[in-house]
Amino acid sequence: MSTAAVAAPPRKLRVATTSLAGCFGCHMSFLDIDERLLDLLEFVEFDRSPITDIKHCGPCDIGIIEGGVCNAENVHVLREFRANCKILIAMGACSVNGGLPAQRNNLDLRDILVAVYVTETGLARGTQIPNDPELPLPLNQVHPIHEIVTVDYFLPGCPPSGDAIWKFLTDLLAGHTPHLGHGLIHYD
Amino acid sequence: MNSNDTISTILARHGNNGTRLMQILRETQDALGWLSPPTLTAIAAGIGWPRSRVESTAGFYSFFHTEPLGRYRVLWSDNITDRMLGNIDLMQAMCRKLWLEPGRVSADMLVSVDTTSCTGMCDQGPAVLVNYRAITRMTAERVDQMVGLIQKQVPVDEWPAEWFKVEDNIRRADIILGNSLLPGDALRTSFARGTAAGVETASNERSWHEFMQAADTGASATLEEIKKSGLRGRGGAGFTTGLKWEACHNAPGKTRYVVCNADEGEPGTFKDRVLLTRQADLVFEGMTVAAFIIGAAKGFVYLRGEYRYLLEPLNAVLARRRSQGLLGENILGREGFNFDIEVHLGAGAYVCGEESALIESLEGKRGVPRNRPPYPVTNGFLNQPTIVNNVETFAAAALIADKGGDWWRSFGSARSTGTKILSVSGDCERPGIYEFPFGVTVRQVLEECGARNTQAVQVSGPSGICLNPDDFDRRIAFGDVPTAGAFMIFDDSRDIFEVVRNFVHFFAHESCGFCTPCRVGTTLLKNLVDKIADGQGTRSDLDEIFHLNRVLQTSAHCGLGHTACNPLLYTLDKFRPAYDRRLKLLKFVPAFDLDAALSQARQMTGRDDAGAHLETAQ
Amino acid sequence: MSEANTFLLDDIEIPFTPGQSVMQAALSAGVFIPHLCYHPEFRPHGSCKLCTVKINGRPATSCTTPAAAGLEVESNTPEILDKRRTLVQMLLVEGNHFCPSCEKSGHCKLQALGYELGVMTPRFNLLYPTRPVDASHPDVMLDFNRCILCELCIRASTEVDQKFVFALSGRGIKKHLVVNAESGRLADTNFAPTDKAAQVCPVGVILPKRKGFAVPIGERRFDVAPISAHVDEFKPVAAAQGERT
Repeated sequence: MSTAAVAAPPRKLRVATTSLAGCFGCHMSFLDIDERLLDLLEFVEFDRSPITDIKHCGPCDIGIIEGGVCNAENVHVLREFRANCKILIAMGACSVNGGLPAQRNNLDLRDILVAVYVTETGLARGTQIPNDPELPLPLNQVHPIHEIVTVDYFLPGCPPSGDAIWKFLTDLLAGHTPHLGHGLIHYD
Repeated sequence: MNSNDTISTILARHGNNGTRLMQILRETQDALGWLSPPTLTAIAAGIGWPRSRVESTAGFYSFFHTEPLGRYRVLWSDNITDRMLGNIDLMQAMCRKLWLEPGRVSADMLVSVDTTSCTGMCDQGPAVLVNYRAITRMTAERVDQMVGLIQKQVPVDEWPAEWFKVEDNIRRADIILGNSLLPGDALRTSFARGTAAGVETASNERSWHEFMQAADTGASATLEEIKKSGLRGRGGAGFTTGLKWEACHNAPGKTRYVVCNADEGEPGTFKDRVLLTRQADLVFEGMTVAAFIIGAAKGFVYLRGEYRYLLEPLNAVLARRRSQGLLGENILGREGFNFDIEVHLGAGAYVCGEESALIESLEGKRGVPRNRPPYPVTNGFLNQPTIVNNVETFAAAALIADKGGDWWRSFGSARSTGTKILSVSGDCERPGIYEFPFGVTVRQVLEECGARNTQAVQVSGPSGICLNPDDFDRRIAFGDVPTAGAFMIFDDSRDIFEVVRNFVHFFAHESCGFCTPCRVGTTLLKNLVDKIADGQGTRSDLDEIFHLNRVLQTSAHCGLGHTACNPLLYTLDKFRPAYDRRLKLLKFVPAFDLDAALSQARQMTGRDDAGAHLETAQ
Repeated sequence: MSEANTFLLDDIEIPFTPGQSVMQAALSAGVFIPHLCYHPEFRPHGSCKLCTVKINGRPATSCTTPAAAGLEVESNTPEILDKRRTLVQMLLVEGNHFCPSCEKSGHCKLQALGYELGVMTPRFNLLYPTRPVDASHPDVMLDFNRCILCELCIRASTEVDQKFVFALSGRGIKKHLVVNAESGRLADTNFAPTDKAAQVCPVGVILPKRKGFAVPIGERRFDVAPISAHVDEFKPVAAAQGERT
């Protein structure tokens, strides 16, 4: 065994997280690992994440995506994560199978926009379908992230529990393929 | 006549018998245009079935409409051979002229245009079915004329007669297609064999005499000839015919049935159509011999719905045979030998070619393959012992019954005896029907039909084998290249990927949906192949195809699912470039450091400029 | 050793009574084989294919294969588990399975098998079919989005209730459940919430109205123990028949 391998100081793994078409519930659940967050920070540092306020994902070891893909901006962010993260994790039901936002997938987007911005009662006079270039355009359907990019790991749940997230990440950090047994694996 | 009277008349004609539901639904649809919810309710009441079960059957078959589809229903045969003859362009031209989208009905409910699985006219396509009547050799001119006739609402019966002409295109006849048997010959020989051979074989055929009456020994001796012939089923599976008949004869049961499988649905196959056109007597004679051997009183021909136009001619042959004493009671004067045959029409479901699905359909149900065992020879139609054989098998059996097993064995090869009728289509000068002794090489067939620059041959349809020129010295035989008869030729101008795509779509369309792997898997495969076709495929999609194959091959319920990946597997093996040039990402990262591999040269030249370095991964 | 009336299932010796299927014998012996369309009270038909095992090296559905002395059955091998995982994934993408809004969550066999097999992703692209809900009946609603086409409701309605309320129509990927009414509405059938057919859905298609999420999360059927630990619930009829004879 080379001495270099033994002597190398443990480098902290760089982790980025974001929420696409999600509710940040998975991020809240992430915080539910409570004081174990401090243990985690012994091993990881955060890149783009709601905790750091970094705007763009840089080169990372792990990217964690909450939420599915419902608009053009989601696609850009997801691609940026995929390009920069060695490991990409789909966290939560929306990211894994589209989840709640995908419940609109049986409706025609045009009908939805008309119903919400044109025919809905009580709209302010002059309301029209928003067309500001600042706003990302919605996709015809909502997609789970594995339909857009290659995803390495999936952590289902709505949201996955703090314990499930803890087990998943500690398995990864320890170099195991993450395994959630009974009680931790959940689709709801 | 109002619709209730119409339905009552049809129900009465079929004795209000639920096992005749397929025929009842077809005739009612013919009369009323479609199968409306009240129509299904009335039929259910008439046959005493729950309405849900009637809807279940009506919803399964492509040719039954539980929604109105117009007074003119035009279906374009969509086999790859029709595609190669330009069917899609013609269909789109037709739709443009009718202001119609494929699959939709015109606003005035006059006409709908859509595609359908291969209609068995591959040697004379592009083919269509108009109100389920076959029309061959479509051209741009015929499309124009047809649109005019539809718009003027001219009844299909009054359309030009030559449109409905179906050619036999027999290019090479051998012992079956060139036979000189007269109706009744095989039966007379079989009867005669009884008195002559019965005593002679008695000493070593004790088992026969334990279950056969002395008067029937002609049957046992004829079965011995069938067994001696080594005849194997012509529908594709190749089970030994004599053993099947013997097992059915030995099975306990109140009554027995002979079923002729004329549900020739394997795309590219049309030899049964020609046999039923030219050799109907021989086929019926074979069925009657089978009935004589196994002791059946009733036979069915399960004729695919695409061959609806053969119904009247076949019924005419049956009527003549009855008048000749070859069907009915005491056949040819043989006391107690009663047998009759009825033609039963399918309604557009490839899976009904599977024998147990066919039996389900004969019973008026969804064409879903049964769990086996038990097999039809013990538990077939109405749970009674039943043999199901291919059209060609019965034709061969009639000849064997007349000329003997040794005669048959003298043709073909040791384990593939006799001849095989091939349906040749695609890129060749003389598409049509070729009867060869088994053992003929693929190359000989290609030469005889005038194929040039052949890139590939698909033998035995989408579920069969795709051969490239390296394989052309292989032989048509059970041990080498087995086939149910389809022989589709693709020259070097064809895109093999489009061939595969057509086949994959076919399986997704025809999956019965009973089991999870086939129901969902064939659709997932279709989506993957379409993704590759759209230029969005990656290597991981190919991995996914192999993964799906492992699941379908080992866990699907029947042969359709087991073989649904075959077109992909064979062509990924033999025509890989057809895929590669469509793949979007061809990412590969070398196992070694490319920059380090320049290190010695850098050292020796003293260079360190940008050109002296490589990135390992791009 | 060739002791009568036992076979080997992953090297466990399983006793059986003649007439039992491999599935019934295994469940009676307390060994779980994953399944969705099998139910101890109805004739098996082997459509879901989850229970596919290898018997003497050949794939077969354990619910339709008669047990026989000396069989060697493989079930929990990596290869077979991988195929079962794929079958669950196929069912997950075929329908619309949004567990967080489903009252059957925690009691659902499809979900429980996903957990049992470690299905973390639907893997394939989702098909998102359009399947309108039938809420016509005063007491029961039908959410076809979750239907896995196991035909248990059909068999229950046919064999036990003798009402034929449910049937299948369509073919292939378009196959779907229909009810016995010209209107196509459950309210126009003679279906009753007390029917056997109302009790057997392994997923969340047939659900009573005005009763939902009755059991708190954490105490639901498959929260308490994984489906493989519920093996006793799947065997009673098979075992009882075996013992009586």
